Amino acid sequence: MSLEAPHNLAFSLSDHLPILQVLIPFIAAPLAVVIGNRIIAWWLAFISSVISLLIATTLLGKVIDGSVISYQIGGWAPPLGIEYRVDSLSALILFLVTLVSTIILPYAYKSINFEIPKEQHTLFYAAYLLCLTGLLGVAVTGDAFNVFVFLEISSLSTYVLIAQGSYRDKRALTAAFDYLIMGTIGATFFVIGIGFLYMATGTLNMVDMSNLIKGQESLSTVRSGFVFIVIGIGLKLAIFPLHFWLPRAYTYAPSAITAFLAATATKVAVYMLLRFMFTIFHPNFLSKISIFEYIILPLAIMAMFSASVIAVFQSDFKKLLAYSSIAQIGYILLGIGLMSETSLTAAVIHIFNHGITKAVLFMGIGAYVLQGRGSFLSDLEGIGKVMPWTSAAIVVGFLSLIGVPGTVGFISKWFLVKSALEIGWWPVAIAIVLTSLLAVIYCWRVIETIYFKPLLSKKLTAETPISMLLPIWVGALACIYFGLNTEAIMTTSQMAAKSLYAGSFGSL
Amino acid sequence: MIDLFTLNFILGHINYWLFIVLMMTGLYIVISKGNLVKKIVGLNIFQSSVFMFYISMGKVSGGTAPIFPLDMKIDSTTTYSNPLPHVLILTAIVVGISTTSLALALTVRIREAYGTIEEDDLVSIELELSTEELSAEHALTNGRKA
Amino acid sequence: MRHHLILRVITKLLVGAMMLFAFYVQFHGDYSPGGGFQAGVIMAVAFIIYGIVFDLDHVQRVLPPWIAHKMLAIGVLLYSGTGIVSFFQGLNFLDYTAFSPHHPVHGQHYGIFAVELGVGITVTGVMVSIYYAFAGRTSEIRDEDW
Repeated sequence: MSLEAPHNLAFSLSDHLPILQVLIPFIAAPLAVVIGNRIIAWWLAFISSVISLLIATTLLGKVIDGSVISYQIGGWAPPLGIEYRVDSLSALILFLVTLVSTIILPYAYKSINFEIPKEQHTLFYAAYLLCLTGLLGVAVTGDAFNVFVFLEISSLSTYVLIAQGSYRDKRALTAAFDYLIMGTIGATFFVIGIGFLYMATGTLNMVDMSNLIKGQESLSTVRSGFVFIVIGIGLKLAIFPLHFWLPRAYTYAPSAITAFLAATATKVAVYMLLRFMFTIFHPNFLSKISIFEYIILPLAIMAMFSASVIAVFQSDFKKLLAYSSIAQIGYILLGIGLMSETSLTAAVIHIFNHGITKAVLFMGIGAYVLQGRGSFLSDLEGIGKVMPWTSAAIVVGFLSLIGVPGTVGFISKWFLVKSALEIGWWPVAIAIVLTSLLAVIYCWRVIETIYFKPLLSKKLTAETPISMLLPIWVGALACIYFGLNTEAIMTTSQMAAKSLYAGSFGSL
Repeated sequence: MIDLFTLNFILGHINYWLFIVLMMTGLYIVISKGNLVKKIVGLNIFQSSVFMFYISMGKVSGGTAPIFPLDMKIDSTTTYSNPLPHVLILTAIVVGISTTSLALALTVRIREAYGTIEEDDLVSIELELSTEELSAEHALTNGRKA
Repeated sequence: MRHHLILRVITKLLVGAMMLFAFYVQFHGDYSPGGGFQAGVIMAVAFIIYGIVFDLDHVQRVLPPWIAHKMLAIGVLLYSGTGIVSFFQGLNFLDYTAFSPHHPVHGQHYGIFAVELGVGITVTGVMVSIYYAFAGRTSEIRDEDW
């Protein structure tokens, strides 16, 4: 902010939307701690999440035509100041995160009551809000170092949230510790990468950085920065060989947290990957170093196959879904690796689709656990007869996971196959179909157990309480709604893919 | 290529060499040590290496501390070191402290729950737990078939 | 540490000076090196050393854990509140000009003052809370067995 220059005046609240997106959960978290009442804490979390969803929807509406919203923190103009920048891709991620959070919080109220002692609730919701802040911040910021700060805000609160599962199973503690070690190494690699880029460019603003990197791609500083960043994000993202923290963390975390993390945390990491690979490093650079053919594509296909095969042999429903998550991340990476506009669209749609689908499935398994059943398949035999509504929602989730027409999962797989055939890589298309068949196998194992096995009479259970059933079904209906009414998500994703493919931040 | 291995190259990049040595020491400790507290120490060394990397990056040769004199008479010939990396790393240090305290808190809880903080023991306890779970499941399924 | 007479006397003398120094670092932070982080840690150290030399109970009588927890939240609220003030002047988040629209330099001054105060309160709260959390655990090994 130079003292004489006119300020960037913003007279209505709508000009502040990018910062409010982050600020509202950020203020709600300490407020919850100060007030110190667990019911008020839940309401604060829920209300701020609803407001965030409204903000995200407004932002999405504003940028859906391909425009970009830029916000200068403290009135300092970029590249010197920190800029918040929203384009169609970040708006879609913001929408996904806030939507999932708003669906999950009503569900979490009962579920958390059951899984965590009451005196921890206030701090639990404060940590949840901080996690939400971090995830939204990563998506909204246009400053490379700011990404790291928000990433760590979300990661640190994630470790805490996962460790809260220890009241049910003490293995949550070691799972959280493992994740902490891996996550910190990943984040530190990421900072090293940013350090290298800062050395080469002298700026931290993403747009500025991207302009300055052009022409010095052959510098080894830039290249090693790229490697550090991709590996760092890869750890967070659970790219196939770096995925070992994920199944344990997802299995032992509280159900609501598993649903939230599975739907959002890895998706935000994919967003980071896309942002850094395509916006900061130009697509030309990526194809010059052939990262797609030799690294991303093979890893994606390996993830799809190996994780799906492991999922088939799991006897714990939660672990099965966790491995299926790794396979689904493989699909997203495949979309990135095929490197065409169609495949990028598929990847972006799949981020959204898989987020919603996994939220429904993990909420469903959480409902089973709440009703006195374990998450093992043997505990779930015949449960479809006593909990018909929950089980039906899980079936909808499975259909979407497999990619049956009429659900969201179909669109992204269709686009993936289409983009593979467009460039004539039919073996990849076959791989997609084959792994979908593997998904059919592990989904069928669960459906068979739920519906076609005799009920265990000794553990009689009732249907899930309505306050939990409603969020599950809102999610399940969202799977169908976005599968039939593809317009909104498609337009945004195509816009996002187009700008990514052009290697820009929003503007085409 | 010969030029790469001259004394000038080695001494001129001394901060990078030290950064690499520290980083690898830290990473090695994290990977090889079984004690959770030692892992945390390794993680700290690993993070410190990055702090050193950033701080040495901000040094401009011949530059002085980037503080303006109180009377604001700024000599335009003075070179200042770049303060931005220091500010950035201040943030990263705070993040590092939070990570360390969280990791230590988890270690305390693990010690209370398991009675050990050695990774080998933890793994064997968890293996036992999951075998129990699996055998309970098998008993259930087989019992029904019989 | 009941029998360490010298430590006990020196600590009693030093705690006051440490708190005073913390305030100096806090409020002089915009003119000289210092600020919220350092001041917060120095302030917390005053409490922590009191807790170590005397007893956890003694220090918790001065600063109960619930106050430390609230401090940690209030500091963050102060920080974000400072940013929100700018909204009412039609300025962007954290634009310090809002504090003194006719004299932006003073605005910067007040703004950074408020933000650093928030940081100081939070850091004090966090450091003291971490100390309480670890020290408050019942130890399984008695002092004599070391």
